[in-house]
Amino acid sequence: MPEIRNYTVNFGPQHPAAHGVLRLVLEMDGEVVQRADPHIGLLHRATEKLAESRTYLQSLPYMDRLDYISMMCSEHAYCMAVEKLAGIEVPIRAQYIRVMFDEITRILNHLFGVATLGLDLGAMTVFLYCFREREDLLDCYEAVSGARMHAAYYRPGGVYRDLPERMPQYEAQVSRNAKQLGEMNANRQGSLLDFIEDFTQRFPKCVDEYETLLTENRIWKQRTVGIGVVSPERALARGFTGPMLRGSGIAWDLRKKQPYEVYDKLDFDVVVGVNGDTYDRYLVRVEEMRQSNRIIKQCVDWLRKNPGPVISDSHKVAPPSREQMKSSMEELIHHFKLFTEGMHVPEGEAYAGVEGPKGEFGVYFISDGANKPYRMKLRSPAFTHLSAIDEMARGHMLADAVAVISTLDIVFGEIDR
Amino acid sequence: MTPKLQRLFDTLQQAGLAPAERLGEITVEVAPGAYLETCRKLRDDAALRFEQVIDLCGVDYSTYGGARAPRGGRFAVVLHLLSITNNWRLRVRCMAAGDEIPMLPTLVEVWPSVNWFEREAFDLFGIVFEGHPDLRRILTDYGFTGHPFRKDFPISGHVEMRYDPEQRRVVYQPVTIEPREVTPRVVREPKYGEE
Repeated sequence: MPEIRNYTVNFGPQHPAAHGVLRLVLEMDGEVVQRADPHIGLLHRATEKLAESRTYLQSLPYMDRLDYISMMCSEHAYCMAVEKLAGIEVPIRAQYIRVMFDEITRILNHLFGVATLGLDLGAMTVFLYCFREREDLLDCYEAVSGARMHAAYYRPGGVYRDLPERMPQYEAQVSRNAKQLGEMNANRQGSLLDFIEDFTQRFPKCVDEYETLLTENRIWKQRTVGIGVVSPERALARGFTGPMLRGSGIAWDLRKKQPYEVYDKLDFDVVVGVNGDTYDRYLVRVEEMRQSNRIIKQCVDWLRKNPGPVISDSHKVAPPSREQMKSSMEELIHHFKLFTEGMHVPEGEAYAGVEGPKGEFGVYFISDGANKPYRMKLRSPAFTHLSAIDEMARGHMLADAVAVISTLDIVFGEIDR
Repeated sequence: MTPKLQRLFDTLQQAGLAPAERLGEITVEVAPGAYLETCRKLRDDAALRFEQVIDLCGVDYSTYGGARAPRGGRFAVVLHLLSITNNWRLRVRCMAAGDEIPMLPTLVEVWPSVNWFEREAFDLFGIVFEGHPDLRRILTDYGFTGHPFRKDFPISGHVEMRYDPEQRRVVYQPVTIEPREVTPRVVREPKYGEE
């Protein structure tokens, strides 16, 4: 009789379904996963250590590079932690802009999450559909900050600049005739807010399209229902947050429970799953996109009616305008001090967390009163979620382990930091 | 303090802890001996109910505020707890016993989610968590030596890696880059720059 024994499979770090550089050592009994041991750290850049030798403003762009699918939410937590520690007031318009872009980021992230979950399970079309809408939202990022991904748009004290009055347009090319060009630029004739409003009007239909492809699809259900089930008790014990926790039926959302910025003035619902499996988490993410769309619409309406400053007028933390800087000696000194020495943050410690698209993203600062943090700790949701993969994948088939990785919605930029 | 924060503050005092409030956050300092017991109480006490660990991180206080060392030791572990039931947060700080080999009991039994956080604190700071089931390095490379987030570990590291065409393999060698600081670290006296 042949000897039957478990064998070990190296999954990644170069596997397309590993969502980046995950090396997963799987102990298999035939097709069934007996133990999953993730090896992480292949993308470790020591962001927290680097922040100790940079000023508060210089570290900000590193936040974009943590979770490179939901960039602005990480910036948001960072700015909120600095503001809390330094006692900076943020103008109300900046708060609305932040909330609007947080929700745009949430849609970006969930589009990506749903698309790649589809791709990992063999549904190519939904990937293409989702990336079509992502393109428009990345254009919003670009219009407001100049960069499609690494925006560095939020700053301690507000946002870098007000929303642009004009949306950039496609230019003529040999491959485009005048009619095509006109169609491509049809919704880009007005300001950024016009473009976003147009997006919010057509986006619910797009979500319907994804749902027709997946939600009632028999193959999709066979691949997701009952896969990676997490009970509410285990979800709490494993430190889950965000859609992972809500998918298990716990209605916990920082935007409702511990509202920051202007979330308490906005109308939206918390989406909760029932069974805590991959399918429910997929449904939670899809419905959250619809809710985010509602929030964006409310923000657009408010921002149209209420002009105002978008960054703190304290020049100890925010730079003066170029005009002021070039005409006033004092402002010139402020500008020089701010960009050479940087802002000083009082001694103390602060933690600020935001409801990021993947879960609670938090930044913890210990300051000893210098112009640089003494210690910065980033609390990334995916790190905690990935640590539960052994529990979630155990007993599943190898092909379902792929679904489990994908439903965790992990990005290695923030896991490895 | 908001009424809710006050309620948490009072509850903690009744439980025999010494909370301190700042910036709307409550911190509790715990001695290493009472660390495990206090954490268990924070989770199980019917009035507190901290079901979740949001974060656990190591801190090296050796150069805090210049040369002065205000703390009882060099290494500390800072926990951020969250109670879903009561909707409140708490920070727990515990100075680790021993500066050379800092030791603390593990919390894996109390909150399973601290497993990786403790591995991270061990990897980056060298804090040993007694009783941890799987205390391996997590973020640094296989075969890495030292604990990179300690304040005496240079940002540029100690070794660099390159391909050696003569030996036809990847070799490790001492770093060739000079450490440099573009913006100096300054702590200003109080009221600096104010009229």
